Amino acid sequence: MKKNRAKILAYPYMVWMIIFIVIPLFLVLFYSLTKGNIHDPSSLSFSLESYARVFDRNYLTSIVKSFKLAFISTLLCFFLGYPVALIIATIKAKYKNILLMFFLVPIWMNFLLRTYAWMSILSPNGFLNRLLSFLGLPALSIMPGQTAVLLGMIYNFLPFMVLPIYTVLSKIDKSVLEAASDLGANKIGTFFKVILPLSVPGIVSGITMVFMPAVSTFVISRLLGGGKESLIGNLIEEQFSLYRDWHFGSALSIILMIVILISMAVMSRFESDNDNGGAPIW
Amino acid sequence: MVKFLRKFYMSLIFIFLYAPIIVLIIYSFNESKSRGHWGGFTLKWYAELFRDREIIKALYYTFLVALLSSIISTVIGTFSAIGIHNMGLLGKKFALNINYLPVLNPDIVTGIALMTLFISLNIQLGFVTMLISHVVFNIPYVILSVLPKLKQMNKHTTEAALDLGATPAYALRKVVIPEIMPGVITGALIAFTLSIDDFVISFFNTGPGVTNLSIHIFSMARKGVKPSINALTTLMLLTVVILLLLINKRTTKGDELIP
Repeated sequence: MKKNRAKILAYPYMVWMIIFIVIPLFLVLFYSLTKGNIHDPSSLSFSLESYARVFDRNYLTSIVKSFKLAFISTLLCFFLGYPVALIIATIKAKYKNILLMFFLVPIWMNFLLRTYAWMSILSPNGFLNRLLSFLGLPALSIMPGQTAVLLGMIYNFLPFMVLPIYTVLSKIDKSVLEAASDLGANKIGTFFKVILPLSVPGIVSGITMVFMPAVSTFVISRLLGGGKESLIGNLIEEQFSLYRDWHFGSALSIILMIVILISMAVMSRFESDNDNGGAPIW
Repeated sequence: MVKFLRKFYMSLIFIFLYAPIIVLIIYSFNESKSRGHWGGFTLKWYAELFRDREIIKALYYTFLVALLSSIISTVIGTFSAIGIHNMGLLGKKFALNINYLPVLNPDIVTGIALMTLFISLNIQLGFVTMLISHVVFNIPYVILSVLPKLKQMNKHTTEAALDLGATPAYALRKVVIPEIMPGVITGALIAFTLSIDDFVISFFNTGPGVTNLSIHIFSMARKGVKPSINALTTLMLLTVVILLLLINKRTTKGDELIP
């Protein structure tokens, strides 16, 4: 009886969600499927033109590039971040908090400031090139360019890979590891047959948490790529704030959204399979 | 050997994490405006930072929006979570799935979708739209941190309160809310930090004259260097480290008390 009454508390939010979550997404879908003047509803007509434009060579290159860069940065974050998570999870308890804290300080700083910091290092007359010329080495031209964008992505998103893996690793029952070594597994065997499989849920959420912001970013590519490294995020941003072409911008957003939602669904299936999978593969 | 490798690897990672910040801190005391040249020690960029009206205004809006949006979304989110918790299976699934959309969607999609809504409704973009957009992406996180606490709660406690003559509102205030308080606080903190750090959603949903810190840094960084940003970085780093050290000290003290 009480149950039925308490659910009324959610009704205002249901209305809120429909206005501010559902309708805006439908508006985006609507604009992606029409053409005409956005400020004159009578001029709008159904059209798939915006989706066709996505296959234009220039745009397709940017889209492919954003997936490529996001993929590479996720992979690098994984290989760089897994050992970090493992080290923090296995270090002596008295150092753990302080190590974790200093690992997290940079992400507590403003995201824009962190990216700006790399600009001061990598720009043509920045810190790195000053240092190199001081050492008598030739200058590098990393920024603007893809390497700089990749570095920026890894720098900004590495903690998102480390944290979920660390959380899962620190929850692993120590007796499982002891059992493995009692049963004759060496350290490497224990790692690949026990620790790694047990940390899959953390790896999966780490991958999604890095890949998603990386594929949709427009800040990192703008600031460190200097406008030459346009990604899908830059294309969307330009359509809305520069060219006022909502139709094309909406089509790009819908494509980005669908790709991300599909990959999330695939990833979460992978994760839950592992949770209730019963007999593990090894 | 393994121990050495672990230390070596962690040192490399920490150099990678801190190098850019340290470089900015050094530059913040650099007399010369050019990035590569050391012109002597100075504090003038700090003075300039505090004289910079634009930065002060951006800071003001950043904190105002973070404070207001986290309070509003904590209140709405907590009550909505209680409501959702008491819904039927189907309704609950439906509500949670929609609630999850702003979490799953890339920020840029949430940002442009809201902007499309505001402009279609002829609402002038500015402070109010920025605040609404922050509330929109904050509430889901509050709900997601309150719901687990509601699930953990013994449902008979509320029933007992009602049987003993408490009105539903009184039971909510005296029994449910205290029980889920840790989740509410976590939700409020997440909302506040997300709001302070947000760039993308604010960027699309703000109007002329209203910027937050992120937007301001973005527009400055595009134009070129301004050494007062370096000073700002140093001050922010200092604040973060002091805050975290305080929290860390408090929690470790708490740990010692328990055993």
